[in-house]
Formats: sequence, structure tokens, C-alpha cells
Amino acid sequence: MFVSVGLVCALFVFWILMSGYFTPFLLAAGLGSAIAITWFAHRMEVADREGQPLHLTPQAMSYTPWLLKEIVKAALGVSRIILDPRLPVSPTLARFRPSQQSTVGLVTHANSITLTPGTITVEAQHDEFLVHGLTREGALGTVDSEMDARVHRFEGGA
Amino acid sequence: MLSAAAVALLVTLALALARGLAGPTVFDRLQAGNTIGTAALLLLTLMGFLNGRPDFIDLAIVYAFLNIVGTIAVLRFFRYGDVSDPDRAGRGPR
Amino acid sequence: MSATDALSALLLAAGSVFCMIGALGLLRMPDFFTRMHAASVTDTLGAGLILLGLMVQAGLTLITVKLIAIGVLIFFTSPAATHALARAALARGVKPLLAGDEVTSSKK
Repeated sequence: MFVSVGLVCALFVFWILMSGYFTPFLLAAGLGSAIAITWFAHRMEVADREGQPLHLTPQAMSYTPWLLKEIVKAALGVSRIILDPRLPVSPTLARFRPSQQSTVGLVTHANSITLTPGTITVEAQHDEFLVHGLTREGALGTVDSEMDARVHRFEGGA
Repeated sequence: MLSAAAVALLVTLALALARGLAGPTVFDRLQAGNTIGTAALLLLTLMGFLNGRPDFIDLAIVYAFLNIVGTIAVLRFFRYGDVSDPDRAGRGPR
Repeated sequence: MSATDALSALLLAAGSVFCMIGALGLLRMPDFFTRMHAASVTDTLGAGLILLGLMVQAGLTLITVKLIAIGVLIFFTSPAATHALARAALARGVKPLLAGDEVTSSKK
């Protein structure tokens, strides 16, 4: 119930931000759409704690800036490789066990790796990640990394 | 500066289009299509600012959604020969 | 030219450059998997800087909110698309060009 009310509120706020009009008809239409979509989400069984991890908001506040910093650093590195006339790539696969337990944690870890230019998660399973790195150092950097530890803290692990 | 950025995005589009035409695998073409989609949505927002018509940004949002849905749909089609959920095929909502 | 205009121009210029670098990498890289890395430069830094430049220009308005919405959308969907592509390519038997052996975790 709490999740449903949260979803309706979030969708309604999204509607208001996207429209920017405050006539009674449009506000009513927005509320109706928000309720309808929440009902659809229930029928599709996607309105649950996992699909809407509001309880992770405080952790996300500290994790996101760190991730953005890492993305900028990695993107600059990849840009340098692209602009280098010798094109110094050494593509390498890395296979390792992520320390996250929850699905949200695993998805966050896999998405963070992919979002960082230079590394892509090819396979993401509970007990094994397969990562493709543009350089050998990049691939090595994802194994038992700081990111792994940070996401583990993010999902509420020790 | 807005027009310079628009020109840069057109160059991006052209380069991605060249990769899309060159292939060689279907995944290269899909990746090129994805990049073209990103560049196109950025170009749409820029056009909104250039012409003083912010409504274009809403089109860009729709384009961002279409981009991901399109890529995933084509991939599903390649993987399963169908775009529906393989676990639920033919069962309908529970 | 005011300070915000200058900042916006700087961000837009940087974003454009990174977009073009990403597309250039898409052409230059030797195989499919390495090309994906180049494309993610366009998706992250290129798109992010251009959107940031436009936000500076728009100021505190609903337009900025929409630009943030686009940014968040790209932030969450682009890795999903990239991952799906890489997985599908590997499952379909596209062999990645490799420079060395697989790296594995020391603990296990």
C-alpha cells in the first residue's frame, strides 16, 4: 500500500513537472493517469520494494557523485586512447564474484561498470560477473574494486 | 555556440551513420543506431533552444524512450524470434 | 557576454568535442566490443556536458527540470542497452578480439 501511494505521488509530480499547466482539467487528467498506471503496474507485478527502492535514497546521495567523478575520469582516459594515433587498446575479459547480495545491489554494480566508459558488463549473475575492458588495466580495475565495496555499502551490507 | 554544437552533433551523426553502413555485424549496426539516437535527441534539444521553442525538449524525451525500447525490442527479436516476455508467452496476466 | 553565457558555451563546446570523439572511436576501433566503449563516451560525457550547458542557459525553469529528466533517463537506460547488446553479441558468437588471458578474482 505504501509503495502504491508513493508511486501515485511520484507519477503525479512527474506529470506536473512535464506539463507546467495548472488548470483543473489537466490536474485531474494527471491524477487519473497516475492512478491508472499504478494499477497497471500492480497487474504487471512490478510495483514492489525492489522496483522502487526509496529506502536507498540516502545512500544514493553519496554514491552518485562518486560514480559521476569516476565516469568523467574514465571517459577522459578512453578519449585519450581514441585520439592516440597508435590506438593502444588491449581488450581483456575479467571474471569475478561480486560481493552484493540483493538484486538492486547487483544491478547497481553492473550498471555502474557499464556506465563507466572502458568497461562493460557482459554477463551479470548472482555469483559471477563477466566484464569486457578496453584495456588490460581497466579490466583488472573492476576485479574486487573500490566500486564493488562502495556498492556493497550502498545496498546496506557491512 | 548553439549552432556550433549543432554542427558537431551532425558530424557525430555522420560518423555513426558511416559505422552503421559499414557494419560488419548486425550488432555494430545496432550500436550505431543507438549512438545516432543519442545524437538525434541532443540535436532536438539544441534545435529547441536555437528556435526558441522549448516544446522540442518534450520530443527529445519521447525520443530517449523510443531509443531504448527500439534497441531492446530488436535484440529480443534476435534472441527469441519474438518481442514478448519468453517466460510469459501465451499465458497473459496472472 | 555574461558569465553564464561563457560557462554555457564552454560546456557545450566540451560536450560537442566528446560526442565527436566517441563517434570517431566508433569508426576507428578494431572490433565490435571495443567500439561499444567508444560509444559510451558519447552517451555519458558528451550528452551530459551538452545537457549541462543547456541547463546553465535555461536557468531555474521547468525546461531545466526536463533537461534533468532527459539526463537521468540516459543515465539509467544507456547501460541497460549496452549490456543487452554485449550479451546478445556474445551469445550469438561474436568473438571479442583479446590481447591476453582472462583476468580472474584472486579470492573465491
